Amino acid sequence: MEMEQATQAAIPREKPKKAKQEKTLNQSYWSKYGIFYLMMAPALIVLIINNYIPMVGGLIAFKNMTYSSPSFFQNFADSPWVGWDNFKFLFQTSDAWLITRNTLLYNVVFIVMNLIFGVGFALLFNSLRSKRLAKFHQTTMFLPYFLSMIIMAYLVYAFLNPEIGIVNKVIFPWFGWEPIDWYTEPKWWPVILPLINIWRNVGYYAVIYLAAIIGIDHEYYEAATIDGASKWRQIWSITIPLIRPVIITMTLLQIGRIFYADFGLFFQVTRNAGALYDTTLVIDTYVYQGFMVMGDIGMSSAAGLYQAVIGFVLVLASNLVVRRVSRDDALF
Amino acid sequence: MTTTTLKRKRAKAFSVSEVSRGSNLAINIFFWFYTLLCVIPLLLILAVSFSDEQRVQLNGYKLWPEKFSLGAYDFLVKDWKPIVESYGVSLFVTIVGTLVALTIMTLYAYPISRRDFKHRGIFTFIMFFTILFNSGLVPFYLTYKQGLHLQDTMLVLMMPFFVQAFFVLLIRTFFQNSIPPALMESAKIDGAGELRTFFQIVLPLSLPVLASVGLLCTMNLWNDWFNSLLFITPDGPMSIQFRMYRALLDIQYLSSNSQAYSAIMQANPNFQMPSETARMAMAVIGIGPIIFVYPFFQRYFITGLTVGAVKG
Repeated sequence: MEMEQATQAAIPREKPKKAKQEKTLNQSYWSKYGIFYLMMAPALIVLIINNYIPMVGGLIAFKNMTYSSPSFFQNFADSPWVGWDNFKFLFQTSDAWLITRNTLLYNVVFIVMNLIFGVGFALLFNSLRSKRLAKFHQTTMFLPYFLSMIIMAYLVYAFLNPEIGIVNKVIFPWFGWEPIDWYTEPKWWPVILPLINIWRNVGYYAVIYLAAIIGIDHEYYEAATIDGASKWRQIWSITIPLIRPVIITMTLLQIGRIFYADFGLFFQVTRNAGALYDTTLVIDTYVYQGFMVMGDIGMSSAAGLYQAVIGFVLVLASNLVVRRVSRDDALF
Repeated sequence: MTTTTLKRKRAKAFSVSEVSRGSNLAINIFFWFYTLLCVIPLLLILAVSFSDEQRVQLNGYKLWPEKFSLGAYDFLVKDWKPIVESYGVSLFVTIVGTLVALTIMTLYAYPISRRDFKHRGIFTFIMFFTILFNSGLVPFYLTYKQGLHLQDTMLVLMMPFFVQAFFVLLIRTFFQNSIPPALMESAKIDGAGELRTFFQIVLPLSLPVLASVGLLCTMNLWNDWFNSLLFITPDGPMSIQFRMYRALLDIQYLSSNSQAYSAIMQANPNFQMPSETARMAMAVIGIGPIIFVYPFFQRYFITGLTVGAVKG
């Protein structure tokens, strides 16, 4: 009743004389929606500082930065443009190839492992008979995901410490193997890092895939069982196809970030050991090392912009590919 | 009667999806093994922290202390100030940072969730674009350090977390899908303004998503060390993570200053710094609170993460 009356009362007000209409509409727009702009203002200010000023600041890759003034903005305005010089220097070094290769290869391995182990663990969880035990295992498996990379570094160090770590001091002697100086031998890290990465992340991916699997209607399985389909057959023909959208979304998110490495993993867990750079230096750690330690602002900002632009293109491209294949699964 | 048939039906559905006894056993064994794999590294650190320093130096880390000792904790307690200070910094940054972040992000998410707001497209894009394009470390660092001169402040540890586009879009999607528009409509008819509708109708209904996002923010802030690495010098506020990082590189960072250390040395010239065990004790102190709150909040984390995986 009340609503009806209100709408009836509102109708005649919506048709005032034409001359006045625009003005009153404008006024009522601001009195109604003006508050929205105020609500968004704090976040916009933070966004400008955190994201949009640095985005424009990324152009220092084309400048020869000078430090005559204490203010970044003044320096930015004063420094001369040098075109592509910084990029030329960067790509003349062998580092450019090394960091690109390491970043991409590690990420490819991580993406594949996250997918296989994530889906695998989720399937196993789903088939555990005792749901309470499943909950318990899920909780412990998720634990590493909540630990900071510093703690990861401590854990790994407790195992790999060359003199007194548990690997060299306890495990290897069991098998009669020679101890390995882990933090100076680069060849082992392409194995170690993926293992640590999956140990840390599998809980996260398993939980997400499990949520999708639990959402599947039981009747599909009942029908399949009546038709005599085996467990394996059910997984391949029902479970996997039905969670495909989630698989695609999760993988796409990772592919979009394939040019970005997990800084903490490569910086903390390797203890940023220079002897390991051959197999552990990635774009993010290279930029940090070049900028914060060597102070080479030109080359590191060039590497940063190279990463940002290629990364951006890759997100768009991977999304485009998915749009072509199945429109509903695309991110945007 | 209907309930019994329903029950039977559910029981049947359950049995249909169940694996055989044998494979169930195999899966169980596998998960017990994996659970051990997740817990053992933490137990190792705990064991070392309670071990005798000399035995550890000699025989390496052991999963069970060869000789039980409280020496490491004793050492940390004697010079407790830096650790307590770091805890204070971490707590402050985490609590204030989370509250501010939640407020700012929620306030932004509401307008862009309203279909009748004509600029919602552009403001959504402004947010979304920060996910697609990341300007990188160097200009970010220069903006904070030489643009705003915020080094060695607590603000610099919080501000990068104030707005995370992913969370904003998460909250927006929740507003869009879970708040019935009719409810807002009726509030408006009753004469409530936009602000009042937001605070009295929308927010109380959004507590689940706010809890999840808040917990994710808390975790990000508590675990952060990267901003400390960039902006905090030894004179600045040192969070617990950052102190752990410095202690892993150099055990002396556990002491507030070298004077305290030399005072201990003067009091007892034979004193040997329990470097290995103290380091691990430090890690235990750092991990402690996470382990304690983890089981309680885990559920909300999981809802937050799984909701996040569903695109909006």
